[in-house]
Order: sequence, then C-alpha cells, then structure tokens
Amino acid sequence: MKTILVGLKRVVDYSVRVRVRPDGTGVDTGGVKMGINPFDEIALEEALRLREAGLADSVVVASVGPKAAEQQLRTGLAMGADRAILVDTEQSLAPRAIARVLLALVERESADLVLLGKQSIDGDNNQTGQMLAALWNRPQATFASKIELVDGCARVTREVDAGLETLEVDLPAVVTTDLRLNEPRFVKLPDIMKAKRKPLDILSLDELAPGLAGGPTPDAYAPPPVRSRGVMVDDVPALLGALRERGVI
Amino acid sequence: MARVLVIAEHDGATLNPSTAKCVTCATALPDAQVDVVVFAVDGQALGGQAAAIQGVDAVKVAEHPANEHALAAVLAPQVAALAGDYTHVLAPSTTYGKDLLPRVAALLDVDQLSDIMELLGERQFRRPVYAGNAIVTVTAPGEETVVATVRTASFAAAPGGGEARVESVTLDVDLPTHTRFVGLESSASDRPDLQTASRVVSGGRALGSAENFDVLYGLADTLGAAVGASRAAVDAGYVANDLQVGQTGKIIAPDLYIAAGISGAIQHLTGIKDAGTIVAINKDPDAPIFEIADIGLVADLFEAVPALREALQG
Ligand SMILES: Cc1cc2nc3c(=O)[nH]c(=O)nc-3n(C[C@H](O)[C@H](O)[C@H](O)COP(=O)(O)OP(=O)(O)OC[C@H]3O[C@@H](n4cnc5c(N)ncnc54)[C@H](O)[C@@H]3O)c2cc1C
Ligand SMILES: Nc1ncnc2c1ncn2[C@@H]1O[C@H](COP(=O)(O)O)[C@@H](O)[C@H]1O
Repeated sequence: MKTILVGLKRVVDYSVRVRVRPDGTGVDTGGVKMGINPFDEIALEEALRLREAGLADSVVVASVGPKAAEQQLRTGLAMGADRAILVDTEQSLAPRAIARVLLALVERESADLVLLGKQSIDGDNNQTGQMLAALWNRPQATFASKIELVDGCARVTREVDAGLETLEVDLPAVVTTDLRLNEPRFVKLPDIMKAKRKPLDILSLDELAPGLAGGPTPDAYAPPPVRSRGVMVDDVPALLGALRERGVI
Repeated sequence: MARVLVIAEHDGATLNPSTAKCVTCATALPDAQVDVVVFAVDGQALGGQAAAIQGVDAVKVAEHPANEHALAAVLAPQVAALAGDYTHVLAPSTTYGKDLLPRVAALLDVDQLSDIMELLGERQFRRPVYAGNAIVTVTAPGEETVVATVRTASFAAAPGGGEARVESVTLDVDLPTHTRFVGLESSASDRPDLQTASRVVSGGRALGSAENFDVLYGLADTLGAAVGASRAAVDAGYVANDLQVGQTGKIIAPDLYIAAGISGAIQHLTGIKDAGTIVAINKDPDAPIFEIADIGLVADLFEAVPALREALQG
C-alpha cells in the first residue's frame, strides 16, 4: 500500500474541564491547553506502525482548521508522519463538511487507507469516518482495537456493545480507532527539530472543497445540570442505612 | 406532522431495549407517526416484538440474507431507500446506531445529530458535548430529513402491549460485498446487561487484577446488579472492553451506581450523570468522585465491599 491518510483534529486537551461562557455563545477556549484529539494520536500511531512493518510507503497527516492547527500537524510530523496538510479555515464545520474535505484529500493523495479517530472529544460526534466511507463508497470499520492487513484486505477487530467483532474489509477503506488499539509513542526532542524540515502544505478550503453547507446551527450552550455533593458516611453500617433511607435497597 | 422511522436494534432473536427507548423519543415529537424498521434474515418474530411497543404505528420488516449481521455498509443503503417517506430517522446511540446512522445521513446528503437527549421542537434538540461539560441546543438545517442518534440513558423504554401492524418491505438496492463479518467474541455473562440494569457495581484501577474483580462480582450478585468498569480497569485487562462506562464507553442510567476504587475523571462521570443514586467507595478523601456522589465512604474497597455484601445478606 502506498499512502495512509490520518486525520488530526485540534481540540481542547482532554484534561481541561471546559466552562460554558456566561452568555451561552459557546465554551471558553481562550488560553486553554490544546492538543491532538486523543483518538487521532492513536490513529497516527497505528499508521506509523504499519509503515514501519513495511506495509505502507508513506503517512500523510491532515487537519481541517485554523492556522494554529499547524502545531498539531508539527507534532504529528515529529511522531513520524512523512507529510502534513492543513486545510485552512476559521469556519467551524460539521462532520459532513469535514468528510467532504477529507474525500477531496483522499482523491488528491490517492490514499489506500484512511485512519481517523472514532470521535472528537470536543463535539463528541462520532460521525466523520462513517460519512467519509459513505461518500467515498468504500467500506468502514469503526471503533478498531486491532488492525491486520492481509491480501488487499484489512481485518479489523471492533469494540462493540456485545464484545469484540471482527470484520474483513476490502481496501481502500476507512478505519476509526478506539482507545485500546495501541499506546501512542512519545515525541523526542530531535524529532521535533527534524519535523521542522518536513513538508507541510497549506490548502485553501474554498479551492479544495467549494460550497460546503453550514450544518446544524448551535443556538445556545448551557452548563450541564450539576449533581451536588451528597452525604459522607463513616462506615459500612452507615452506608447501608443511607441506602435504605433513599429506598434504593 | 412528524413521520418518524426508528431503526430497530437486535441480535437476530431479541429486540434490544434501546429500540423502545428510541420510540419514546420519537413519540415525543409533535404529532408523531412512528414506524419501526427491522432488518434481518428472518424478521417475522422480531417484527412482532417491535409491534408490541406502545406508540408504534407500523413495523416494516426488510428481510435479506445479507442482513444476517448488522453491517453498516449493507444496512445504510436500505435505510436510505426507505427514508424518503419520513421527516425523521432515529437510531439508538449504541455502537450499532453510531456505526450506521452517519453512513445513512451521508447517503441522504444531510447532516446528522448525535446523542439527542431532549426535544425542544420538531427540528430543535439538546445534546451533550465536551464529555458532557456543556449542553448545546441545535437546530437541524432547512427542510432536510432529521437524522439523529438517541442518547438512550435520557429516555425510558416505551411500554409493551401495543399492536402495530407488521408489513414486509422489499427494497430494490444494490448491496456491497466489500465488507464481511468474520466473528463476534461475545463476553456475554449471566449477569444483568450493563446498559439496562437498574443497579450497577463498577470497579477501577484500584482493583489491581482480574481476580480481584471477584470481590465486585460478589456484591453485584447479591444486589442483582450488572458490573461496569473505568477505562483504566479495561485498559489493564481486568475486565472486557464492553464493560467500560463513560464518554467513550457506555452511558448508563441505573437507579443505583456503586463506584469502587474509581477516581471520578470527567470522562467517567459523563457516563453516570443520569444515575439515580451514586455511591462512591474510595480510600482517598479528596477523590473527585465524592464531589458528585450521593453517598460517599472513605475506605479500602477490599474491606468495605465484602462487608457491604455481608451486611446485605445478613
Ligand atoms: C479520550 C479519552 C477518553 C476516555 N474515556 C473514558 C471512559 O469512557 N471511561 C472512563 O472511565 N475513563 C475514560 N478515560 C480515562 C479517564 O480520564 C481516567 O484516566 C480513568 O477514568 C481513570 O480510571 P480509574 O478511576 O479507575 O483510575 P484512577 O484515576 O487511577 O483512580 C483509582 C482510584 O482508586 C482509589 N483507590 C486505590 N486503591 C484503593 C483501595 N484499596 N480502596 C479504595 N480506593 C482505592 C484511588 O484513590 C483512586 O481514586 C478517557 C480518557 C481519554 C483521554
Ligand atoms: N477538523 C478536522 N480535521 C481533521 N480530522 C478531523 C476533523 N474533524 C474530525 N476529524 C477526524 O474525524 C474523527 C471523528 O470526528 P467526529 O466525527 O467529529 O467525532 C476525528 O477523530 C478525526 O480523526
């Protein structure tokens, strides 16, 4: 296989507890720590392992987002990706639009395999990979915890509600990653230096995928209902008493 | 008027309770007419189960040998072929629905909404984002078909006793062969199902080993509870992946949730926000789980859990 395309989304770091702005127009992202969507880091790690096993020639990382997403792409290059593409836009796009952009990149790069995260941890959508597969008219294997490439096919084990399901899909295909697929490597300092010299193309959204629809409009954001701190009990008999008092046992 | 198509989830023999939850969501739409579609090889018995859900007008049974396993690439074109008659297409926000529905939306060339938890109108919904740290109100654009997954923890299952009509449908669509089912390694046990159980006992990293989880199984058996786990416990291999509760695992709403040796990371808490009573047992008095627990006990779980079991039995 020649090329694996990996989607890297810039998101608020998973350790940040975001707050809704008082006027309800969104969440406060000013000054908060940003990073690569954790599932995408797993996708990139898997792509690198496939390349290192001699099963792919090159790994291209792509992000659709603001200029600042160059940071995440540079990290991807430092992890080991060969090339990076930023599709530059300030617009916040719905998964359907992102899938269209990724489809244009798939065609541009003649990708044989697309590895995406199963979900972005900001929008919690869990849609883009499935939509890309449909638009591309190719197979999808979502929530992967194991990927094996054999004879032009990918054998993918998926984390589903009933357990672990294995599918065989013809390539090219879209695979989305779950948490237990691998543990992403750490970036080493010399690699960060090397990554500065790797190619990072910036493409204009309007040229690559003109006329994208806006998607569902967010009308307002609100903080979730709070669950307040309850009672602390001293020992097991007191715990039992509290449970009985609440009528749950 | 809303004409709603609910996509049934099943294992070939039994309808998943998530279907009746989607029906509850569907019937909450103004002036709704609700149909359920069952994709199967032999779907008559399943169609009967769907017909018994109150609030359902008609059940469509689409039988095809390719429907033996729920492959999104095979099911999506069939749903898309049916969708023209409907204003809304709904599926549960289970791994089945999450896999299938975006593919349907893309074929219909519309957007999709994930995890709707509340309806504000025919096209306006509320859904959680940022691991549940914010709730966004969204409006589906224009006139297009609303395609959405339903956060099952937010809706009670519609009761049985209904008598909808059941009809077979034949769909004239090309089904791809590029995706093939190889196998399912099910970790099914005799214990209650995590997603529907009214009581859940969950363990975290503190359990330390698969063997040590026995202490939780003991309490779960006494309570008739399902067993759940944090990501750390699943990653460490103490329990199977399908027991993970949280943002990227299962979102549940039991009457009673007992968390033992779980610190209470935001990603975990988002999975249990709708639980009735949350009990936390943790030896660290500063563990974040205590900030949301209804009843907290600072203790070593290896002492407290067996003691609780004994007290319940005694
Ligand atoms: C993208 C992403 C998605 C994630 N999704 C999920 C998800 O869906 N679900 C999820 O759970 N996590 C998820 N996580 C992980 C999450 O951030 C936490 O790392 C995880 O929940 C921690 O698990 P834990 O509470 O078991 O372990 P820890 O945080 O290590 O907590 C262990 C706790 O046990 C207590 N303890 C230790 N010994 C004892 C004892 N003998 N008796 C009593 N208490 C004891 C300690 O005080 C501590 O509070 C996700 C993370 C990321 C980045
Ligand atoms: N703006 C983006 N740029 C690059 N990849 C993206 C972008 N948005 C989503 N993706 C990919 O699609 C996956 C699923 O995202 P979502 O459907 O938003 O939950 C992510 O894990 C990424 O791999």
